[in-house]
Amino acid sequence: MDHMPENWGRPRSDVYGVYNPAIHNAGPTTHTQQPSITGTSVLAIKYNKGVMLAADNLASYGSLARFTDQERLIKVGKETVVGVSGDVSDMQYIQLLLERLIIEDNYEQDGHNLRAPHIYEYLSRVMYNRRSKIDPLWNAILVAGKKDDGSPFLGYVDLLGVTYSAPTIATGFGAYLAIPLLRKIASDDGDEKRITEQQARAALDECMKVLFYRDARSLDKYSVATVTTDGEVTIEQNVRCQDMSWRFADHIRGYGTQTM
Amino acid sequence: MPGFNFDNYQRNNFLASKGYPIPKATSTGTTIVGCRFDGGVVIAADTRATEGDIVADKNCEKLHRISPTIWCAGAGTAADCEFVTQLMSSTLELHALSTGRKPRVVTCLTLLKQHLFKYQGHVGAYLIVAGVDPTGPRLFSIHAHGSTDVGYYLSLGSGSMAAMAVLETKWKQSLTKDEAMSLCAEAIEAGIWNDLGSGSNVDMCVMEVDKPAVLYRNYRTPNERSIKEKSYKFARGTTAVLKEKIRPVVDAVQFDIFEETIIRDSDKMEIDS
Repeated sequence: MDHMPENWGRPRSDVYGVYNPAIHNAGPTTHTQQPSITGTSVLAIKYNKGVMLAADNLASYGSLARFTDQERLIKVGKETVVGVSGDVSDMQYIQLLLERLIIEDNYEQDGHNLRAPHIYEYLSRVMYNRRSKIDPLWNAILVAGKKDDGSPFLGYVDLLGVTYSAPTIATGFGAYLAIPLLRKIASDDGDEKRITEQQARAALDECMKVLFYRDARSLDKYSVATVTTDGEVTIEQNVRCQDMSWRFADHIRGYGTQTM
Repeated sequence: MPGFNFDNYQRNNFLASKGYPIPKATSTGTTIVGCRFDGGVVIAADTRATEGDIVADKNCEKLHRISPTIWCAGAGTAADCEFVTQLMSSTLELHALSTGRKPRVVTCLTLLKQHLFKYQGHVGAYLIVAGVDPTGPRLFSIHAHGSTDVGYYLSLGSGSMAAMAVLETKWKQSLTKDEAMSLCAEAIEAGIWNDLGSGSNVDMCVMEVDKPAVLYRNYRTPNERSIKEKSYKFARGTTAVLKEKIRPVVDAVQFDIFEETIIRDSDKMEIDS
């Protein structure tokens, strides 16, 4: 009698070859990817009459600045904007899912339309589900719009299914470089009531400039989306970083002792 | 065998593989900045020292004196910053005595980078070196592997990005001393609030041409512990005293203390004949 359970019910070794024990210890099936074409930071800040987002127009292929006209802020339905960073092909798939979502919601013609909190909930479920299958959509997403009670809505969800909400959010490098600047004007819930549209825009423009200085995978051309609590969505495209300072090192020579 | 000897590194790896890992070095987590202004240079640092996820020291000193007018802020491994800085301080002083000249920042820079490069990055010192010397105000940064950079505004450490965001927004070519001080303090605060490796207070050192350097220990303290709402002292009598016995240990003696001043004639010197 063969006492080894691994050998019960197995095809005969002399006919099918020796059993490879690595199969037994393989672990779960994995599809975890590496992102290929990627978008960098998306920034967002709530203000007194809505939410404003910014994202540059660069789709990088590793260190190659492959596509400089990639729009990463997506209008969803009538009153919501979704900003996506990370893998661009996954972003395009999410765009497809959202398009279908809106179309199917319109079948009802019941006068009700999906808003930001609903789109956010849907995306969170999709993202968490994919991570639980160890096959994530390699993105970090910001959803901005208005809540059913009319107040501004801003939420974050990423490839791990982590969800987070705050008056200021940024993905990617923006988390390190832009958040400290955005938190200077809005640090706690409720601070957004004191911020005007001009202040929010000025803050985002400043952050995009700092990101162009210090993020090696960024671009100085970007889009700004404004979603108001009146339900108006405007996406301004081809915005350029202004008044940048690149001549500060005019008098610097070498890296220490060099004088000429 | 020519080249560097890393035998202990091999031993440490072997021990780690056998279950005796190297103890986690106290790191300075850290946000440090340096900024030039008209007539000098200012450096600043936070005061949190971390050991992994634990705050080891809530108010450590990251600003080191290399010479009276050359100061250094250190990020990376705390001990490495401290010792490499002290080594440079001694070496520079001897060098200055030998040359008969005031020590220069570039000298310190060159000594540091040659030392750090020799250790191939294993001495984990990431420094912002700044000071004034006969050539004027200078500001440099050094990485553990030995590379150096020059700049008018610099930041290093885990909070360097938060600090740099503030510096990139508010720095301009011509700053006054007060503007530079408040800019540096603001940059460190960005690190304190937004970086988990940095926290507590802001230390600062201002080195101005033809003036003594001024160290502002705890220039800003935005994280003071609030007063405890209640006193947790136990009232006398909470614990009942069952027995009291007093045993004399020493003989207390009354004696007078008086001062003695010795006046020495300064012209006359004791010379061994």
